[in-house]
Amino acid sequence: MSATQSRPEPKQDEVYSALASARRPKPPGRLSMCLTFGWRGMLKIKHVPEQLIDVTLTPVLFLLMFTYLFGGALAGSTSEYLQYLLPGMLVQSVLFTSVYSGVALNADSTKGVIDRFRSMPVWRPAPLAGAVLGDSVRYLVAAVVVVVLGLIMGFDPGSVTGVVAAIALIVVFSFALSWIFTTVGLLLRAPQAVMNAGFMGLFPLIFLSNIFVDPATLPGWLEAFVHVNPVSHLTTATRGLMGDGASAWEIGRVLLEAAALAAIFAPLTVRLYRKAS
Amino acid sequence: MSAQLAIEAVGLVKTFGATRAVDGVDLAVPRGAVYGVLGPNGAGKTTTIRMLATLLRPDAGSAKVLGRDVVAQADEVRSLVSLTGQLASVDEDLTGRENLVLLARLLGFTRADAKARADELLEAFGLADAAGRQVKNFSGGMRRRLDIAASIVVTPELMFLDEPTTGLDPRSRNQVWDIVRALVAQGTTVLLCTQYLDEADQLAERIAVIDRGRVIAEGTPAQLKASVGQGALHVRLLDADRRDEAEQLLARALDAQVHLEPDPARLTVPVTDAGRATGAIAELSAAGIELADFALGQPSLDEVFLALTGHPAEETVDEEEAA
Repeated sequence: MSATQSRPEPKQDEVYSALASARRPKPPGRLSMCLTFGWRGMLKIKHVPEQLIDVTLTPVLFLLMFTYLFGGALAGSTSEYLQYLLPGMLVQSVLFTSVYSGVALNADSTKGVIDRFRSMPVWRPAPLAGAVLGDSVRYLVAAVVVVVLGLIMGFDPGSVTGVVAAIALIVVFSFALSWIFTTVGLLLRAPQAVMNAGFMGLFPLIFLSNIFVDPATLPGWLEAFVHVNPVSHLTTATRGLMGDGASAWEIGRVLLEAAALAAIFAPLTVRLYRKAS
Repeated sequence: MSAQLAIEAVGLVKTFGATRAVDGVDLAVPRGAVYGVLGPNGAGKTTTIRMLATLLRPDAGSAKVLGRDVVAQADEVRSLVSLTGQLASVDEDLTGRENLVLLARLLGFTRADAKARADELLEAFGLADAAGRQVKNFSGGMRRRLDIAASIVVTPELMFLDEPTTGLDPRSRNQVWDIVRALVAQGTTVLLCTQYLDEADQLAERIAVIDRGRVIAEGTPAQLKASVGQGALHVRLLDADRRDEAEQLLARALDAQVHLEPDPARLTVPVTDAGRATGAIAELSAAGIELADFALGQPSLDEVFLALTGHPAEETVDEEEAA
Protein backbone atom coordinates (compact mmCIF):
# COMPACT_ATOMS: atom_id res chain seq x y z
CA MET A 1 0.00 0.00 0.00
CA SER A 2 3.01 2.32 0.08
CA ALA A 3 3.61 5.02 -2.47
CA THR A 4 5.88 4.45 -5.42
CA GLN A 5 9.64 4.36 -5.14
CA SER A 6 10.04 7.94 -6.32
CA ARG A 7 8.03 9.12 -3.27
CA PRO A 8 6.10 11.74 -5.18
CA GLU A 9 5.35 14.90 -3.27
CA PRO A 10 2.75 17.56 -3.79
CA LYS A 11 4.48 20.63 -5.19
CA GLN A 12 3.44 23.69 -3.27
CA ASP A 13 3.98 26.22 -6.07
CA GLU A 14 2.07 24.02 -8.52
CA VAL A 15 -0.74 23.61 -6.02
CA TYR A 16 -0.94 27.39 -5.86
CA SER A 17 -1.01 27.79 -9.62
CA ALA A 18 -3.55 24.97 -9.99
CA LEU A 19 -5.79 26.76 -7.50
CA ALA A 20 -5.34 30.09 -9.22
CA SER A 21 -6.02 28.76 -12.71
CA ALA A 22 -9.33 27.13 -11.83
CA ARG A 23 -12.25 28.86 -13.43
CA ARG A 24 -15.79 27.68 -13.32
CA PRO A 25 -17.17 26.77 -16.74
CA LYS A 26 -20.82 26.97 -17.64
CA PRO A 27 -22.70 24.05 -16.03
CA PRO A 28 -23.46 21.26 -18.48
CA GLY A 29 -26.98 20.27 -19.51
CA ARG A 30 -28.87 17.47 -17.83
CA LEU A 31 -28.44 15.05 -20.71
CA SER A 32 -24.73 15.68 -20.75
CA MET A 33 -24.56 14.93 -17.02
CA CYS A 34 -26.42 11.65 -17.53
CA LEU A 35 -24.05 10.69 -20.32
CA THR A 36 -21.05 11.46 -18.12
CA PHE A 37 -22.42 9.11 -15.50
CA GLY A 38 -23.05 6.55 -18.26
CA TRP A 39 -19.36 6.87 -19.13
CA ARG A 40 -18.56 6.16 -15.50
CA GLY A 41 -20.59 2.96 -15.80
CA MET A 42 -18.52 1.95 -18.84
CA LEU A 43 -15.29 2.63 -16.96
CA LYS A 44 -16.44 0.43 -14.11
CA ILE A 45 -17.09 -2.43 -16.53
CA LYS A 46 -13.64 -1.86 -18.01
CA HIS A 47 -11.92 -1.94 -14.62
CA VAL A 48 -14.01 -4.66 -13.03
CA PRO A 49 -14.62 -7.04 -15.92
CA GLU A 50 -15.46 -9.80 -13.44
CA GLN A 51 -18.97 -8.41 -13.29
CA LEU A 52 -19.41 -9.43 -16.93
CA ILE A 53 -18.48 -13.03 -16.18
CA ASP A 54 -21.70 -13.52 -14.22
CA VAL A 55 -23.62 -11.84 -16.96
CA THR A 56 -22.17 -14.02 -19.71
CA LEU A 57 -21.57 -17.37 -18.03
CA THR A 58 -24.91 -17.79 -16.29
CA PRO A 59 -26.98 -17.61 -19.49
CA VAL A 60 -24.58 -19.96 -21.26
CA LEU A 61 -24.96 -22.55 -18.51
CA PHE A 62 -28.73 -22.18 -18.36
CA LEU A 63 -29.16 -22.42 -22.11
CA LEU A 64 -26.97 -25.52 -22.45
CA MET A 65 -28.42 -27.22 -19.41
CA PHE A 66 -32.08 -26.67 -20.18
CA THR A 67 -31.80 -27.42 -23.87
CA TYR A 68 -29.89 -30.68 -23.61
CA LEU A 69 -31.18 -31.91 -20.26
CA PHE A 70 -34.89 -31.14 -20.56
CA GLY A 71 -35.37 -30.52 -24.28
CA GLY A 72 -36.06 -34.13 -25.20
CA ALA A 73 -38.44 -34.68 -22.33
CA LEU A 74 -40.31 -31.39 -22.64
CA ALA A 75 -40.62 -30.89 -26.38
CA GLY A 76 -39.74 -34.20 -27.95
CA SER A 77 -36.40 -33.02 -29.35
CA THR A 78 -33.69 -30.66 -28.22
CA SER A 79 -33.82 -28.65 -31.44
CA GLU A 80 -37.55 -28.07 -31.09
CA TYR A 81 -37.17 -27.05 -27.43
CA LEU A 82 -34.33 -24.67 -28.28
CA GLN A 83 -36.67 -22.89 -30.67
CA TYR A 84 -39.18 -22.47 -27.82
CA LEU A 85 -36.69 -21.74 -25.04
CA LEU A 86 -34.24 -19.31 -26.56
CA PRO A 87 -36.40 -16.13 -26.56
CA GLY A 88 -37.22 -16.87 -22.91
CA MET A 89 -33.55 -17.38 -22.09
CA LEU A 90 -32.88 -13.99 -23.61
CA VAL A 91 -35.51 -12.49 -21.30
CA GLN A 92 -34.18 -14.32 -18.25
CA SER A 93 -30.53 -13.39 -18.84
CA VAL A 94 -31.21 -9.72 -19.25
CA LEU A 95 -33.64 -9.53 -16.32
CA PHE A 96 -31.09 -11.11 -13.99
CA THR A 97 -28.55 -8.57 -15.16
CA SER A 98 -30.80 -5.70 -14.10
CA VAL A 99 -30.29 -6.68 -10.45
CA TYR A 100 -26.73 -5.36 -10.77
CA SER A 101 -28.01 -1.78 -11.10
CA GLY A 102 -29.21 -2.00 -7.52
CA VAL A 103 -26.06 -3.74 -6.37
CA ALA A 104 -23.86 -1.05 -7.94
CA LEU A 105 -25.93 1.78 -6.48
CA ASN A 106 -25.80 0.21 -3.05
CA ALA A 107 -22.03 -0.16 -3.30
CA ASP A 108 -21.80 3.51 -4.24
CA SER A 109 -23.97 4.67 -1.37
CA THR A 110 -22.00 2.72 1.23
CA LYS A 111 -18.84 4.42 0.00
CA GLY A 112 -18.25 8.13 0.11
CA VAL A 113 -18.50 8.87 -3.58
CA ILE A 114 -22.25 9.40 -3.59
CA ASP A 115 -21.74 12.21 -1.04
CA ARG A 116 -19.42 13.91 -3.46
CA PHE A 117 -22.03 13.82 -6.23
CA ARG A 118 -24.76 14.98 -3.89
CA SER A 119 -22.68 17.92 -2.70
CA MET A 120 -22.10 19.09 -6.27
CA PRO A 121 -24.39 21.22 -8.43
CA VAL A 122 -25.41 18.12 -10.36
CA TRP A 123 -28.95 17.38 -11.50
CA ARG A 124 -30.12 15.01 -8.77
CA PRO A 125 -31.34 12.05 -10.83
CA ALA A 126 -28.33 12.19 -13.19
CA PRO A 127 -26.10 9.72 -11.31
CA LEU A 128 -29.00 7.26 -11.29
CA ALA A 129 -30.07 7.73 -14.89
CA GLY A 130 -26.46 7.60 -16.00
CA ALA A 131 -25.74 4.41 -14.11
CA VAL A 132 -28.82 2.70 -15.46
CA LEU A 133 -27.82 3.84 -18.94
CA GLY A 134 -24.43 2.23 -18.42
CA ASP A 135 -26.19 -0.95 -17.36
CA SER A 136 -27.92 -1.16 -20.72
CA VAL A 137 -24.53 -2.11 -22.11
CA ARG A 138 -24.46 -5.08 -19.76
CA TYR A 139 -27.92 -6.04 -21.00
CA LEU A 140 -26.71 -5.94 -24.58
CA VAL A 141 -23.72 -8.11 -23.76
CA ALA A 142 -25.94 -10.68 -22.07
CA ALA A 143 -28.38 -10.61 -24.99
CA VAL A 144 -25.71 -11.00 -27.65
CA VAL A 145 -24.14 -13.94 -25.79
CA VAL A 146 -27.48 -15.78 -25.71
CA VAL A 147 -28.31 -15.09 -29.34
CA VAL A 148 -24.87 -16.07 -30.62
CA LEU A 149 -24.83 -19.28 -28.58
CA GLY A 150 -28.36 -20.04 -29.75
CA LEU A 151 -27.35 -19.62 -33.39
CA ILE A 152 -24.40 -21.94 -32.86
CA MET A 153 -26.74 -24.52 -31.32
CA GLY A 154 -29.04 -24.30 -34.32
CA PHE A 155 -31.67 -21.73 -33.36
CA ASP A 156 -33.58 -20.32 -36.35
CA PRO A 157 -33.92 -16.60 -35.60
CA GLY A 158 -36.53 -15.70 -38.20
CA SER A 159 -35.48 -12.22 -39.32
CA VAL A 160 -32.62 -10.00 -38.19
CA THR A 161 -35.00 -7.10 -37.59
CA GLY A 162 -37.13 -9.38 -35.42
CA VAL A 163 -34.13 -10.26 -33.25
CA VAL A 164 -33.06 -6.63 -32.96
CA ALA A 165 -36.59 -5.55 -32.07
CA ALA A 166 -36.84 -8.33 -29.49
CA ILE A 167 -33.57 -7.30 -27.83
CA ALA A 168 -34.64 -3.66 -27.86
CA LEU A 169 -37.93 -4.55 -26.17
CA ILE A 170 -36.17 -6.60 -23.50
CA VAL A 171 -33.63 -3.84 -22.82
CA VAL A 172 -36.43 -1.27 -22.46
CA PHE A 173 -38.29 -3.52 -20.03
CA SER A 174 -35.13 -4.24 -18.02
CA PHE A 175 -34.30 -0.56 -17.90
CA ALA A 176 -37.69 -0.02 -16.26
CA LEU A 177 -37.37 -3.06 -14.01
CA SER A 178 -33.95 -1.99 -12.77
CA TRP A 179 -35.60 0.93 -10.93
CA ILE A 180 -37.07 -1.64 -8.54
CA PHE A 181 -33.58 -2.84 -7.77
CA THR A 182 -32.16 0.65 -7.38
CA THR A 183 -34.95 1.29 -4.86
CA VAL A 184 -34.03 -1.91 -3.05
CA GLY A 185 -30.38 -0.92 -3.38
CA LEU A 186 -30.99 2.24 -1.39
CA LEU A 187 -33.09 0.50 1.25
CA LEU A 188 -30.73 -2.34 2.12
CA ARG A 189 -27.38 -2.12 3.81
CA ALA A 190 -25.01 -4.33 1.86
CA PRO A 191 -24.52 -5.03 -1.86
CA GLN A 192 -24.76 -8.76 -1.13
CA ALA A 193 -28.16 -8.29 0.48
CA VAL A 194 -29.38 -6.43 -2.60
CA MET A 195 -28.15 -9.25 -4.82
CA ASN A 196 -29.93 -11.86 -2.70
CA ALA A 197 -33.17 -9.91 -2.47
CA GLY A 198 -33.09 -9.23 -6.21
CA PHE A 199 -32.61 -12.85 -7.16
CA MET A 200 -35.14 -14.08 -4.62
CA GLY A 201 -37.69 -11.74 -6.14
CA LEU A 202 -36.86 -12.61 -9.72
CA PHE A 203 -36.74 -16.39 -9.43
CA PRO A 204 -40.47 -16.93 -8.94
CA LEU A 205 -41.32 -14.39 -11.63
CA ILE A 206 -39.02 -16.09 -14.11
CA PHE A 207 -39.79 -19.73 -13.30
CA LEU A 208 -43.54 -19.16 -12.93
CA SER A 209 -43.75 -17.77 -16.44
CA ASN A 210 -44.01 -19.22 -19.91
CA ILE A 211 -40.21 -19.20 -20.39
CA PHE A 212 -39.65 -22.90 -19.81
CA VAL A 213 -42.93 -24.68 -20.36
CA ASP A 214 -46.28 -24.19 -22.07
CA PRO A 215 -48.60 -22.81 -19.35
CA ALA A 216 -51.43 -25.04 -20.64
CA THR A 217 -49.69 -27.97 -18.92
CA LEU A 218 -49.86 -26.27 -15.49
CA PRO A 219 -52.55 -26.56 -12.80
CA GLY A 220 -55.24 -23.93 -13.23
CA TRP A 221 -54.24 -21.58 -10.38
CA LEU A 222 -50.64 -21.57 -11.53
CA GLU A 223 -51.64 -21.04 -15.13
CA ALA A 224 -53.68 -18.05 -14.04
CA PHE A 225 -50.63 -16.53 -12.35
CA VAL A 226 -48.43 -17.20 -15.37
CA HIS A 227 -50.90 -15.34 -17.57
CA VAL A 228 -50.77 -12.17 -15.50
CA ASN A 229 -47.01 -12.32 -14.92
CA PRO A 230 -45.37 -9.45 -16.87
CA VAL A 231 -42.38 -11.71 -17.53
CA SER A 232 -44.73 -13.97 -19.51
CA HIS A 233 -45.97 -10.99 -21.50
CA LEU A 234 -42.41 -9.99 -22.31
CA THR A 235 -41.55 -13.58 -23.28
CA THR A 236 -44.61 -13.89 -25.52
CA ALA A 237 -43.74 -10.66 -27.34
CA THR A 238 -40.11 -11.71 -27.68
CA ARG A 239 -41.06 -15.13 -29.03
CA GLY A 240 -43.35 -13.46 -31.52
CA LEU A 241 -40.73 -10.99 -32.69
CA MET A 242 -38.19 -13.79 -33.12
CA GLY A 243 -40.69 -16.09 -34.82
CA ASP A 244 -44.13 -15.68 -36.35
CA GLY A 245 -44.51 -12.02 -35.43
CA ALA A 246 -45.95 -10.27 -32.41
CA SER A 247 -49.21 -8.36 -32.31
CA ALA A 248 -49.29 -4.66 -31.48
CA TRP A 249 -51.14 -5.54 -28.27
CA GLU A 250 -48.46 -8.02 -27.20
CA ILE A 251 -45.76 -5.39 -27.64
CA GLY A 252 -47.83 -2.49 -26.34
CA ARG A 253 -48.70 -4.40 -23.16
CA VAL A 254 -44.99 -4.85 -22.37
CA LEU A 255 -44.28 -1.17 -22.99
CA LEU A 256 -47.19 -0.18 -20.75
CA GLU A 257 -45.93 -2.40 -17.96
CA ALA A 258 -42.44 -1.00 -18.37
CA ALA A 259 -43.79 2.54 -18.21
CA ALA A 260 -45.77 1.70 -15.06
CA LEU A 261 -42.70 0.21 -13.34
CA ALA A 262 -40.57 3.22 -14.20
CA ALA A 263 -43.31 5.65 -13.20
CA ILE A 264 -43.56 4.10 -9.74
CA PHE A 265 -39.99 3.16 -8.93
CA ALA A 266 -37.91 5.84 -10.64
CA PRO A 267 -39.39 8.67 -8.51
CA LEU A 268 -39.14 6.42 -5.45
CA THR A 269 -35.45 5.82 -6.10
CA VAL A 270 -34.80 9.51 -6.66
CA ARG A 271 -36.63 10.34 -3.45
CA LEU A 272 -34.64 7.83 -1.43
CA TYR A 273 -31.43 8.95 -3.07
CA ARG A 274 -32.14 12.54 -2.15
CA LYS A 275 -32.73 11.62 1.47
CA ALA A 276 -29.94 9.06 1.76
CA SER A 277 -27.65 9.90 4.62
CA MET B 1 -22.79 41.45 9.44
CA SER B 2 -23.95 38.25 7.82
CA ALA B 3 -22.36 39.19 4.50
CA GLN B 4 -18.99 38.91 6.16
CA LEU B 5 -19.59 35.40 7.44
CA ALA B 6 -18.89 32.25 5.44
CA ILE B 7 -21.14 30.17 7.65
CA GLU B 8 -23.83 31.31 9.99
CA ALA B 9 -25.69 28.51 11.77
CA VAL B 10 -28.29 29.03 14.43
CA GLY B 11 -29.67 26.25 16.61
CA LEU B 12 -29.02 23.38 14.21
CA VAL B 13 -30.62 20.14 15.36
CA LYS B 14 -30.54 16.68 13.83
CA THR B 15 -31.95 13.61 15.50
CA PHE B 16 -31.54 10.00 14.43
CA GLY B 17 -34.16 7.96 16.22
CA ALA B 18 -33.73 8.71 19.91
CA THR B 19 -30.25 10.21 19.50
CA ARG B 20 -29.86 13.95 19.20
CA ALA B 21 -26.70 13.80 17.08
CA VAL B 22 -26.65 17.58 16.78
CA ASP B 23 -28.40 19.38 19.58
CA GLY B 24 -28.53 23.10 18.86
CA VAL B 25 -25.26 24.04 17.21
CA ASP B 26 -24.52 27.73 16.59
CA LEU B 27 -21.58 28.65 14.38
CA ALA B 28 -20.28 31.93 13.04
CA VAL B 29 -17.44 31.22 10.66
CA PRO B 30 -15.59 34.20 9.21
CA ARG B 31 -14.45 34.17 5.59
CA GLY B 32 -10.96 33.47 4.34
CA ALA B 33 -9.45 31.29 7.06
CA VAL B 34 -9.51 27.81 8.49
CA TYR B 35 -12.19 27.33 11.10
CA GLY B 36 -11.71 24.21 13.20
CA VAL B 37 -14.50 22.09 14.60
CA LEU B 38 -12.89 19.99 17.28
CA GLY B 39 -14.43 17.05 19.03
CA PRO B 40 -14.26 13.33 19.61
CA ASN B 41 -15.96 10.73 17.46
CA GLY B 42 -19.70 10.84 17.78
CA ALA B 43 -19.72 14.46 18.95
CA GLY B 44 -21.81 15.51 15.96
CA LYS B 45 -19.09 17.03 13.76
CA THR B 46 -19.85 15.00 10.65
CA THR B 47 -23.60 15.44 11.00
CA THR B 48 -23.10 19.20 11.29
CA ILE B 49 -20.92 19.27 8.18
CA ARG B 50 -23.44 17.17 6.28
CA MET B 51 -26.21 19.63 7.09
CA LEU B 52 -24.06 22.58 6.05
CA ALA B 53 -23.07 20.83 2.81
CA THR B 54 -26.80 20.26 2.01
CA LEU B 55 -26.56 16.46 2.34
CA LEU B 56 -28.86 16.36 5.34
CA ARG B 57 -31.84 18.51 6.11
CA PRO B 58 -31.78 20.00 9.61
CA ASP B 59 -34.67 19.02 11.89
CA ALA B 60 -34.59 22.45 13.47
CA GLY B 61 -32.59 25.65 13.25
CA SER B 62 -31.22 27.27 10.14
CA ALA B 63 -27.92 27.82 8.44
CA LYS B 64 -26.58 30.13 5.78
CA VAL B 65 -23.49 29.23 3.80
CA LEU B 66 -21.96 32.18 1.95
CA GLY B 67 -25.21 34.00 2.49
CA ARG B 68 -27.42 31.25 1.00
CA ASP B 69 -29.85 29.17 2.99
CA VAL B 70 -28.80 25.50 3.05
CA VAL B 71 -32.37 24.29 2.60
CA ALA B 72 -34.08 26.87 0.43
CA GLN B 73 -31.04 27.65 -1.74
CA ALA B 74 -29.34 24.26 -1.63
CA ASP B 75 -28.39 24.31 -5.31
CA GLU B 76 -26.68 27.68 -5.00
CA VAL B 77 -24.79 26.45 -1.95
CA ARG B 78 -23.65 23.37 -3.84
CA SER B 79 -22.19 25.44 -6.63
CA LEU B 80 -20.00 27.37 -4.16
CA VAL B 81 -18.72 24.64 -1.83
CA SER B 82 -16.77 21.39 -1.98
CA LEU B 83 -16.89 18.48 0.39
CA THR B 84 -14.08 16.11 1.26
CA GLY B 85 -15.85 13.59 3.39
CA GLN B 86 -14.55 11.31 6.07
CA LEU B 87 -14.96 8.34 3.78
CA ALA B 88 -12.83 8.95 0.70
CA SER B 89 -15.29 10.58 -1.67
CA VAL B 90 -13.71 9.20 -4.82
CA ASP B 91 -14.56 6.16 -6.90
CA GLU B 92 -12.17 3.38 -5.95
CA ASP B 93 -12.78 1.36 -9.11
CA LEU B 94 -11.67 4.20 -11.37
CA THR B 95 -8.16 5.52 -11.83
CA GLY B 96 -7.01 8.79 -10.29
CA ARG B 97 -7.18 10.57 -13.61
CA GLU B 98 -10.63 9.19 -14.47
CA ASN B 99 -11.99 10.42 -11.16
CA LEU B 100 -10.85 13.97 -11.83
CA VAL B 101 -11.97 13.94 -15.47
CA LEU B 102 -15.38 12.66 -14.40
CA LEU B 103 -15.83 15.51 -11.92
CA ALA B 104 -14.51 18.10 -14.34
CA ARG B 105 -16.97 16.92 -16.99
CA LEU B 106 -19.81 17.15 -14.47
CA LEU B 107 -18.80 20.72 -13.73
CA GLY B 108 -19.00 21.60 -17.40
CA PHE B 109 -15.42 21.31 -18.67
CA THR B 110 -15.09 20.19 -22.28
CA ARG B 111 -13.46 16.80 -22.83
CA ALA B 112 -10.07 18.35 -23.63
CA ASP B 113 -10.22 20.91 -20.81
CA ALA B 114 -11.24 18.22 -18.33
CA LYS B 115 -8.20 16.11 -19.22
CA ALA B 116 -5.89 19.12 -19.03
CA ARG B 117 -7.30 20.14 -15.65
CA ALA B 118 -7.00 16.57 -14.31
CA ASP B 119 -3.37 16.36 -15.39
CA GLU B 120 -2.58 19.75 -13.90
CA LEU B 121 -4.02 18.71 -10.54
CA LEU B 122 -2.37 15.27 -10.57
CA GLU B 123 0.98 16.89 -11.28
CA ALA B 124 0.55 19.50 -8.55
CA PHE B 125 -0.49 16.93 -5.96
CA GLY B 126 2.35 14.55 -6.74
CA LEU B 127 0.01 11.95 -8.21
CA ALA B 128 1.11 12.05 -11.86
CA ASP B 129 2.93 8.71 -11.63
CA ALA B 130 -0.07 6.99 -10.11
CA ALA B 131 -2.66 8.69 -12.33
CA GLY B 132 -3.39 5.54 -14.34
CA ARG B 133 -3.80 3.29 -11.32
CA GLN B 134 -7.13 2.38 -9.75
CA VAL B 135 -7.70 4.37 -6.58
CA LYS B 136 -8.17 1.19 -4.55
CA ASN B 137 -4.42 0.62 -5.01
CA PHE B 138 -3.52 4.07 -3.67
CA SER B 139 -1.94 4.54 -0.24
CA GLY B 140 -3.94 6.41 2.38
CA GLY B 141 -2.01 9.63 1.82
CA MET B 142 -2.38 9.50 -1.96
CA ARG B 143 -6.07 8.84 -1.65
CA ARG B 144 -6.50 11.85 0.61
CA ARG B 145 -4.60 14.05 -1.79
CA LEU B 146 -6.72 12.85 -4.69
CA ASP B 147 -9.79 13.49 -2.60
CA ILE B 148 -8.73 17.08 -1.99
CA ALA B 149 -7.74 17.52 -5.64
CA ALA B 150 -11.23 16.33 -6.53
CA SER B 151 -12.64 19.10 -4.36
CA ILE B 152 -10.74 21.84 -6.15
CA VAL B 153 -11.36 20.93 -9.79
CA VAL B 154 -13.08 24.28 -9.57
CA THR B 155 -11.68 26.28 -6.66
CA PRO B 156 -14.56 26.46 -4.19
CA GLU B 157 -15.31 29.50 -2.08
CA LEU B 158 -15.76 27.24 0.88
CA MET B 159 -14.43 23.77 1.50
CA PHE B 160 -15.61 21.26 4.07
CA LEU B 161 -12.81 18.98 5.21
CA ASP B 162 -13.94 16.16 7.46
CA GLU B 163 -11.03 14.63 9.39
CA PRO B 164 -8.59 14.91 6.50
CA THR B 165 -5.65 13.34 8.31
CA THR B 166 -7.23 10.59 10.39
CA GLY B 167 -5.22 7.44 9.77
CA LEU B 168 -2.40 9.16 7.88
CA ASP B 169 1.30 8.92 8.71
CA PRO B 170 2.97 12.17 9.86
CA ARG B 171 4.53 12.79 6.46
CA SER B 172 1.26 12.53 4.57
CA ARG B 173 -0.39 14.59 7.27
CA ASN B 174 2.07 17.42 6.72
CA GLN B 175 1.42 17.27 2.99
CA VAL B 176 -2.31 17.63 3.57
CA TRP B 177 -1.68 20.55 5.92
CA ASP B 178 0.42 22.30 3.27
CA ILE B 179 -2.38 21.91 0.76
CA VAL B 180 -4.90 23.34 3.21
CA ARG B 181 -2.63 26.33 3.79
CA ALA B 182 -2.34 26.87 0.04
CA LEU B 183 -6.12 26.78 -0.26
CA VAL B 184 -6.57 29.43 2.37
CA ALA B 185 -3.83 31.56 0.85
CA GLN B 186 -5.89 31.56 -2.35
CA GLY B 187 -8.89 32.89 -0.50
CA THR B 188 -10.90 29.74 0.16
CA THR B 189 -12.58 29.39 3.53
CA VAL B 190 -12.04 25.96 5.07
CA LEU B 191 -14.25 24.32 7.67
CA LEU B 192 -12.04 21.65 9.20
CA CYS B 193 -13.45 18.91 11.38
CA THR B 194 -10.84 17.14 13.42
CA GLN B 195 -10.33 15.17 16.58
CA TYR B 196 -6.73 16.34 16.92
CA LEU B 197 -6.10 19.48 18.92
CA ASP B 198 -2.68 19.65 17.32
CA GLU B 199 -4.23 19.82 13.85
CA ALA B 200 -6.70 22.53 14.78
CA ASP B 201 -3.86 24.39 16.48
CA GLN B 202 -1.64 24.17 13.37
CA LEU B 203 -4.25 25.31 10.88
CA ALA B 204 -7.23 27.01 12.40
CA GLU B 205 -7.68 30.67 13.14
CA ARG B 206 -10.64 29.91 15.36
CA ILE B 207 -11.93 26.68 16.88
CA ALA B 208 -15.31 25.51 18.07
CA VAL B 209 -15.16 22.59 20.49
CA ILE B 210 -18.15 20.35 20.10
CA ASP B 211 -19.34 17.64 22.44
CA ARG B 212 -22.54 15.60 22.47
CA GLY B 213 -24.05 17.70 19.72
CA ARG B 214 -23.33 21.09 21.28
CA VAL B 215 -20.66 23.75 20.97
CA ILE B 216 -19.08 23.91 24.43
CA ALA B 217 -16.29 26.40 23.75
CA GLU B 218 -15.28 28.74 20.96
CA GLY B 219 -12.27 30.94 20.37
CA THR B 220 -8.76 31.17 19.00
CA PRO B 221 -6.43 28.24 19.71
CA ALA B 222 -4.54 30.45 22.16
CA GLN B 223 -7.72 31.29 24.07
CA LEU B 224 -8.73 27.66 24.24
CA LYS B 225 -5.38 26.49 25.42
CA ALA B 226 -5.25 29.23 27.99
CA SER B 227 -8.55 27.99 29.33
CA VAL B 228 -7.15 24.51 29.88
CA GLY B 229 -3.54 25.39 30.72
CA GLN B 230 -0.59 25.21 28.41
CA GLY B 231 -0.06 21.56 28.98
CA ALA B 232 1.13 19.09 31.51
CA LEU B 233 4.33 18.01 33.14
CA HIS B 234 4.67 14.22 33.20
CA VAL B 235 7.15 12.85 35.71
CA ARG B 236 8.33 9.29 36.38
CA LEU B 237 10.29 8.69 39.57
CA LEU B 238 13.14 6.25 39.97
CA ASP B 239 11.81 5.32 43.41
CA ALA B 240 8.03 4.94 43.62
CA ASP B 241 8.13 5.13 47.42
CA ARG B 242 8.92 8.82 47.27
CA ARG B 243 5.84 9.73 45.23
CA ASP B 244 3.98 11.37 48.15
CA GLU B 245 6.96 13.58 48.80
CA ALA B 246 7.21 14.50 45.12
CA GLU B 247 3.48 15.21 44.99
CA GLN B 248 3.67 17.73 47.81
CA LEU B 249 6.72 19.39 46.36
CA LEU B 250 5.24 19.72 42.87
CA ALA B 251 1.90 20.92 44.17
CA ARG B 252 3.63 23.68 46.05
CA ALA B 253 6.13 24.61 43.30
CA LEU B 254 3.53 24.73 40.53
CA ASP B 255 0.55 25.76 42.58
CA ALA B 256 -1.60 23.11 40.91
CA GLN B 257 -3.35 19.88 41.68
CA VAL B 258 -1.09 16.88 41.05
CA HIS B 259 -2.65 13.89 39.36
CA LEU B 260 -1.39 10.47 40.51
CA GLU B 261 -1.22 8.05 37.58
CA PRO B 262 -2.10 4.36 37.89
CA ASP B 263 1.60 3.61 37.52
CA PRO B 264 2.89 4.11 41.12
CA ALA B 265 5.99 5.95 39.93
CA ARG B 266 4.18 8.48 37.75
CA LEU B 267 2.68 11.93 38.37
CA THR B 268 1.12 14.51 36.09
CA VAL B 269 0.76 18.21 36.86
CA PRO B 270 -0.99 20.80 34.73
CA VAL B 271 1.35 23.71 33.98
CA THR B 272 0.77 27.13 32.54
CA ASP B 273 4.34 28.11 31.91
CA ALA B 274 7.34 26.03 30.87
CA GLY B 275 9.76 28.12 32.97
CA ARG B 276 8.06 27.20 36.21
CA ALA B 277 8.03 23.54 35.19
CA THR B 278 11.83 23.49 34.78
CA GLY B 279 12.11 25.19 38.16
CA ALA B 280 9.99 22.45 39.73
CA ILE B 281 12.15 19.74 38.18
CA ALA B 282 15.22 21.42 39.63
CA GLU B 283 13.57 21.50 43.05
CA LEU B 284 12.87 17.77 42.84
CA SER B 285 16.50 16.92 42.19
CA ALA B 286 17.62 19.42 44.88
CA ALA B 287 15.45 17.46 47.33
CA GLY B 288 17.23 14.29 46.23
CA ILE B 289 14.19 12.79 44.43
CA GLU B 290 15.66 11.11 41.36
CA LEU B 291 13.72 11.05 38.08
CA ALA B 292 13.61 8.21 35.56
CA ASP B 293 12.26 10.69 32.99
CA PHE B 294 10.02 13.69 32.59
CA ALA B 295 8.22 15.37 29.70
CA LEU B 296 6.39 18.60 29.10
CA GLY B 297 3.40 17.90 26.89
CA GLN B 298 0.88 19.97 24.95
CA PRO B 299 -2.60 19.48 26.32
CA SER B 300 -4.25 16.65 24.47
CA LEU B 301 -7.82 16.64 23.27
CA ASP B 302 -8.53 14.54 26.32
CA GLU B 303 -7.22 17.25 28.61
CA VAL B 304 -9.18 19.92 26.76
CA PHE B 305 -12.27 17.85 27.23
CA LEU B 306 -11.57 17.11 30.82
CA ALA B 307 -11.10 20.80 31.48
CA LEU B 308 -14.14 21.94 29.50
CA THR B 309 -16.64 19.22 30.22
CA GLY B 310 -15.40 17.35 33.25
CA HIS B 311 -15.53 14.09 31.33
CA PRO B 312 -12.88 12.58 29.06
CA ALA B 313 -13.28 12.40 25.31
CA GLU B 314 -15.01 9.17 24.32
CA GLU B 315 -12.94 6.03 24.27
CA THR B 316 -13.62 5.63 20.56
CA VAL B 317 -11.04 8.31 19.86
CA ASP B 318 -8.30 6.02 21.00
CA GLU B 319 -9.64 3.14 18.99
CA GLU B 320 -9.71 5.34 15.93
CA GLU B 321 -6.11 6.37 16.45
CA ALA B 322 -5.01 2.81 16.99
CA ALA B 323 -6.75 1.63 13.84
